Amino acid sequence: MRPFTFERARSPAEAAAAAARHPGAKFVAGGTNLLDLMKLEIETPTHLIDVNGVGLDQVESTSDGGLRIGALVRNTELAAHERVRRDYGVLSRALVAGASGQLRNMATTAGNLLQRTRCHYFYDTNMPCNKRTPGSGCGAIGGFSRQHAVIGVSDACIATHPSDMAVALRVLDATVETIQPDGSARQIPIAEFHRLPGDQPHLDTVLAPGEFITAVTLPKPVGGAQFYHKVRDRASFAFALVSVAAIVHRDGTGRVALGGVAHKPWRVEAAEAEMPKGAQAVVARLLAGAKPTEENAFKLKLVERVLAMVLAEAKGARV
Amino acid sequence: MENFEDFEIDRGGFGLTRREFLIASTAAAAVAVLPRGYGAQPASAVTALPILMKVAFNVNGQPRELELDTRTTLLDALREHLHLTGSKKGCDHGQCGACTVLVGGRRINSCLTLAAMHQGADITTIEGLGTPENLHPMQAAFVKCDGYQCGYCTPGQICSAVAVLGEIKAGIPSHATVDLTAAPPWSEAEIRERMSGNICRCGAYSNIYEAIQEVAGRRV
Repeated sequence: MRPFTFERARSPAEAAAAAARHPGAKFVAGGTNLLDLMKLEIETPTHLIDVNGVGLDQVESTSDGGLRIGALVRNTELAAHERVRRDYGVLSRALVAGASGQLRNMATTAGNLLQRTRCHYFYDTNMPCNKRTPGSGCGAIGGFSRQHAVIGVSDACIATHPSDMAVALRVLDATVETIQPDGSARQIPIAEFHRLPGDQPHLDTVLAPGEFITAVTLPKPVGGAQFYHKVRDRASFAFALVSVAAIVHRDGTGRVALGGVAHKPWRVEAAEAEMPKGAQAVVARLLAGAKPTEENAFKLKLVERVLAMVLAEAKGARV
Repeated sequence: MENFEDFEIDRGGFGLTRREFLIASTAAAAVAVLPRGYGAQPASAVTALPILMKVAFNVNGQPRELELDTRTTLLDALREHLHLTGSKKGCDHGQCGACTVLVGGRRINSCLTLAAMHQGADITTIEGLGTPENLHPMQAAFVKCDGYQCGYCTPGQICSAVAVLGEIKAGIPSHATVDLTAAPPWSEAEIRERMSGNICRCGAYSNIYEAIQEVAGRRV
């Protein structure tokens, strides 16, 4: 790990201002992904801003019946929150499908959104990776790509976003609230928060340098039966091959978002019109234009089968 | 319990303890295998002087104050600076759970957090759970049920298991929880799922489960 200076921020504004003062600075909250990458010298911040003392650790109801989740709320608390369990079950399910109990006790809401990919080529500093070292090439294209993206890919990168939580937030139409170093705030719809790789795969999100996430808000509950089904190589504590977040209403309409298939949580609202017709019709539009590799083409069929299972389960579920 | 840290390695005739031997041999290995590849930075950055910082926290009920390189993980602070070598370094990347300790009563991977991030925190390691004369019920259950073979993952398993019982009691759901709106049951599926962050390469899982069930059963 490279040496770095360290400071503790006491407010969100202080954190954003500190980041502006120190180019090469990073915020640290749970640290579960950042410390991992710093040990491998994939992340090499020269200054760390510890944001664990800024507050933002509460889940509150909003005036329109939704929920504001503080950026520092730990994954464990969020999954266990009474209103999340009751009104946003897909989010609770997605959170407990991810990582381990120890990691969920550390990981924060904002940090979970900012996770880097778990692409093996990103992690292996002896291999080329456009995300880690822009312009060096992509080891995954033509390499071992079983885990990789099947849609929204580019010639520069086929990495996936690893978060389960973000897939649930996508299906719930969440909004990410931030503060800039100049003190101004902005709201970013979750659909626009994560980027596709294009020719700049080193940029995971639309956040500006020093921009600090303060909260994630959820609109008022939409009801329906809520599901998060994750398929992985182990029964627990593994990243998704594919995951399906779905909300299904009594009349068969609903929403669906996918994890493990793209550089961001994958949702195509137009495909949801097909939900009453079944999984095959939905997936035909949801994954239209997919460009899988030989090794991960199975993900297309797997998504369809998992969605079919979810829709069958929804028929049997009380809504 | 026997102290495996300090037995002498006699065959080499160097009079090193196992711990000193490991420190010496890993240092040598680290020099030999430092990777240099894509994204590698100039050597000057690697050899830059460490930046020191003071941190104070309570460990097993005792106030401790340390001046540490900012890079020091909580695990290294506990093991290398406070010589509490019960918490183990397995993977050092949050994947194996051998480093699990309790901070403010919550289990975390001490390898993936910096000591400097825990100013004022209350930290409990395996050494603080019980003593050889007065074992914590979970320690006693692991002994009774033979919940280990080599023992390397055991301190992390026990710290994790103690926290798991608290998490079920607090109603925190897991991936195995069928009904999100009801209290999670004390089932085998729940305990196994919740312990998935602690790997045992010897495969003592069934006895580890038995030990946890033994303590959980007393609480039901």
